[in-house]
Amino acid sequence: MKVLVAVKRVVDYNVKIRVKADGSGVDTTNVKFTMNPFDESAVEEAVRLKEAGKVSEIVVVSMGTAQSQETIRTALAMGADRGILVASEAELQPLAVAKLLAAIVAKEAPSLVIVGKQAIDDDSNQTGQMLAALLGWPQGTFASKLVVDGGKAEVTREIDGGLETVALTLPAVISVDLRLNEPRYASLPNIMKAKKKPIETLSPADLGVDDAPRLVTLKVEEPQRRQAGVKVASVAELVNKLKNEAKVI
Amino acid sequence: MSVLIIAEHDNIALKSATLNTVTAAQKLGGDVHVLVAGHGARAVADAAAKITGVAKVLLADDPIYEHGLAEPLSLLAVAIGRAYQAILAPATTSGKNVLPRVAALLDVAQISDVCAIVSPDTFVRPIYAGNAMATVQSKDALKVLTVRGTSFDAAKADGGEAVVETVTAAGNPGLSAFISQQVSKSERPDLTAARIIVSGGRGMGSQENFKLLETIADKLGAAVGATRAAVDAGFVPNDLQIGQTGKIVAPELYVAVAISGAIQHLAGMKDSKIIVAINKDEEAPIFQVADYGLVADLFQALPELATELSK
Repeated sequence: MKVLVAVKRVVDYNVKIRVKADGSGVDTTNVKFTMNPFDESAVEEAVRLKEAGKVSEIVVVSMGTAQSQETIRTALAMGADRGILVASEAELQPLAVAKLLAAIVAKEAPSLVIVGKQAIDDDSNQTGQMLAALLGWPQGTFASKLVVDGGKAEVTREIDGGLETVALTLPAVISVDLRLNEPRYASLPNIMKAKKKPIETLSPADLGVDDAPRLVTLKVEEPQRRQAGVKVASVAELVNKLKNEAKVI
Repeated sequence: MSVLIIAEHDNIALKSATLNTVTAAQKLGGDVHVLVAGHGARAVADAAAKITGVAKVLLADDPIYEHGLAEPLSLLAVAIGRAYQAILAPATTSGKNVLPRVAALLDVAQISDVCAIVSPDTFVRPIYAGNAMATVQSKDALKVLTVRGTSFDAAKADGGEAVVETVTAAGNPGLSAFISQQVSKSERPDLTAARIIVSGGRGMGSQENFKLLETIADKLGAAVGATRAAVDAGFVPNDLQIGQTGKIVAPELYVAVAISGAIQHLAGMKDSKIIVAINKDEEAPIFQVADYGLVADLFQALPELATELSK
């Protein structure tokens, strides 16, 4: 069984981002980029399925500028077998990404696609669901547990009220939460080995996909900042302030 | 212009997030219709019909909708939603599960976590864990939006007199099946609706120590929340998680105990009216957003707070 994993290169979660003064977006020059944390969990899960003998090949896909190759290499060092880069300098929105992935699925015919539930830059949480829709496949979103067996996937999903378990007929799309697993660090030998693994480069035109954005970003602004308040010296003072000043208790 | 809202419910009661979504829908203008897809969900449809501002309720009552599975529900929402100019759902785990699927089937973009409606085609939404706000304009004829509940007031749950129309089910692709659900049972208020939240971080140290927070919560009639780190550490279940990828809350009072204040957590609670931080590390970033900060060890402060609140 073949698994496709999609990974995104994003501004590292530790970076304190800055909005550009002209309101055109977020300043991404000279900041650290890493693989989207949710996608790391997606790669890890695929590698574990391979180690368990359930998966024969892991294909990892990323989209964007040539630098996204680094993100693919990271996934290859974790244990993926080969990579595909959809090279594009343009902004790729979730619907376009889902269409590009659907075109790759048509070529590669995997039984399972695993993606992170959300990218920590645009916070959309859409691509997995959109891909499942375009393929007419079932979806297991926000997965914190995945069991693949005999043409089925049993997915435990994190929902607002607690947990929900669903059974999906393969092929299926899984979008994963961080609690699914703890991603491994790539070892130095595996990082060296990953350099020899193949990465194919395709363009949206090669895949016959219209990737034009549907949303125009008019402006990006700083959110309203909260002002730090006062320090209180004791619990009694805190309760007094909450009762008599803030009047919230 | 007319707007379709996909109601959030559990077949018994309508979830309050639907009321906030009605307010957002009204800002788009035009008639507001609510789709209740469920099984044995007549009472939910009747409740939706009473919401002020709702013109019509569509009830699709069929076993295939009992658990809100995205595959059948998205087909229904597409079949009905094509006639509308916008389809909205609360930005809850169910809305986030279904709406992107609906949008892709309609070949339109979906806009997540809408916080403000500038005009019928222009919306404000948070990016980078809410550290930037993007104003986006949709070029699609049909808009598909998930709505952040804390950004819109709840519509009045009574006063409306909408008609309830029955609609037929749209078929089931049969690709998915519900197996089980583990829903946390709690006597405390729901996190997203609570007026007061008492929340703990990794610094709480253990599941056992969270009981100290629960004592405070019960004295205040508050809900208990947590950071991702506290959930990951196994102190509390996942449905208590507040933050970028957990629940978004904006209570009157948010008490953050042993929470450092990572941006991913702040993303979920920084719109709270009053924030209290209790942390032994006076350099903790949480103090930069707190209205009242107390530098103290939680094992001293929490029992003291419990005593003080009993006075």
